[in-house]
Amino acid sequence: MIETDIIIIGAGPVGLFTVFEAGLLKLRCHLIDSLPVPGGQLIEIYPKKPIYDIPGYPIVNAGELVDKLMEQNAVFKPAFTLGESATTLHEEDGKFVVNTTKGTKHKAPIVIIAGGLGVFEPRKPPIENLEKFEDKGVEYIIRDPEFYKGKRVVVSGGGDSALDWSIYLAENNIVSELSLVHRRTSFRGHLDSVQKVMDLAHAGKINLITEAEVVGINSDGNGQVGAVVIKHSNLGDIVKDTDHFIPLFGLTPSLGPIANWGLDIEKNAVKVNTLDYSTNRPGIYAVGDINTYSGKLKLILCGFHEGTLAVQSAFARIYPNKKNVLKYTTVNGVSGF
Amino acid sequence: MDNMIKVNIIDRQGKMHLLDAPTDMNLNIMEVCKSYNLPVEGTCGGMALCASCQVYIESETPLPEQSESELAMLDQAFYVKDNSRLGCQIRITDKIDGIVLRLAPESVKPS
Repeated sequence: MIETDIIIIGAGPVGLFTVFEAGLLKLRCHLIDSLPVPGGQLIEIYPKKPIYDIPGYPIVNAGELVDKLMEQNAVFKPAFTLGESATTLHEEDGKFVVNTTKGTKHKAPIVIIAGGLGVFEPRKPPIENLEKFEDKGVEYIIRDPEFYKGKRVVVSGGGDSALDWSIYLAENNIVSELSLVHRRTSFRGHLDSVQKVMDLAHAGKINLITEAEVVGINSDGNGQVGAVVIKHSNLGDIVKDTDHFIPLFGLTPSLGPIANWGLDIEKNAVKVNTLDYSTNRPGIYAVGDINTYSGKLKLILCGFHEGTLAVQSAFARIYPNKKNVLKYTTVNGVSGF
Repeated sequence: MDNMIKVNIIDRQGKMHLLDAPTDMNLNIMEVCKSYNLPVEGTCGGMALCASCQVYIESETPLPEQSESELAMLDQAFYVKDNSRLGCQIRITDKIDGIVLRLAPESVKPS
């Protein structure tokens, strides 16, 4: 069990700066993020994009801002659980315990949700009974290619991950049959991947079905995937027998498991009190893009402010009898842990 | 009115909304929809990274060519048709006055 003062869910810019503000109050932080590196959207979505509205920086690239935030908070030695998303939260001895997808447990009196757009999850195609077959032949992520050994597999999608996995599964003779279904005749992946798919299709190793979409799934009679229904723009419906259907359409953010933490949610965001950005559950705060309140602006700048006020309130919760006086870094400097 | 064009949006229930959109505020279709409280998420903020603002163009309005990033995003999106565009990539200019757009269905939200 990892114990700390504040568990921060989300290692984006706002989570990273909150570490600094908490540190000034001698509060230690541990951050949890589903992505493998800190930075959140700034790293995952737009690392090379310039940002113009960070005070004091006329222009700064998103990736560079993350580096600077990490440099700034390093003095307060934040700890990280990366590549794991927070799943459950419960109370234990007056503290919160947050568990992750890989079972890592964290305990603290305060939880600050700085989750941004939410958890990046696979984009699921709109097929009516898709979710019924999840883990019964439908997978959105290939974790272990050997899992598909000797199986018939239908992959759909036209981006790099669909191409790369199709190539891998076909080239290494892992699957017994591989079909790749794509809506258009051309692909938008890397040129050499596209060429390789074409070559493998020519060699009979990939059954390439273009101008087509998977629109339905049929059961094998035992609740597992038995076939997919492919709607072809010229040939009509094709029923293709298969053991697995793997839609690969990239990632999309969603609120994820925190939607089940008993927090007031409005329009996919966590409602907070602007006094201290606290949620309806005492001890849990929400800052940055994940929260909502009257007049909310989704700006990094505003998230910095929100995190700053949240840790002041957190301090008062942890030390109800201690007086906290705002100290200026210009007067006192920064003394780390 | 000066610097104003008409944008016609058909919502997911088939209802037509006649919107006035200013050409001098550097807006795009996604932002105009949001400002009129039409159900457009615009999750990524207009970077052609989420397709939640997908629309079908239903008029003959000439539009600028699609960028590589818009095409790449539409490739990963659902309910895509030949006349699909991302609303966030269509700027409000005099050239698109009177454009008619239909909101594409919302993608299934991940559970």
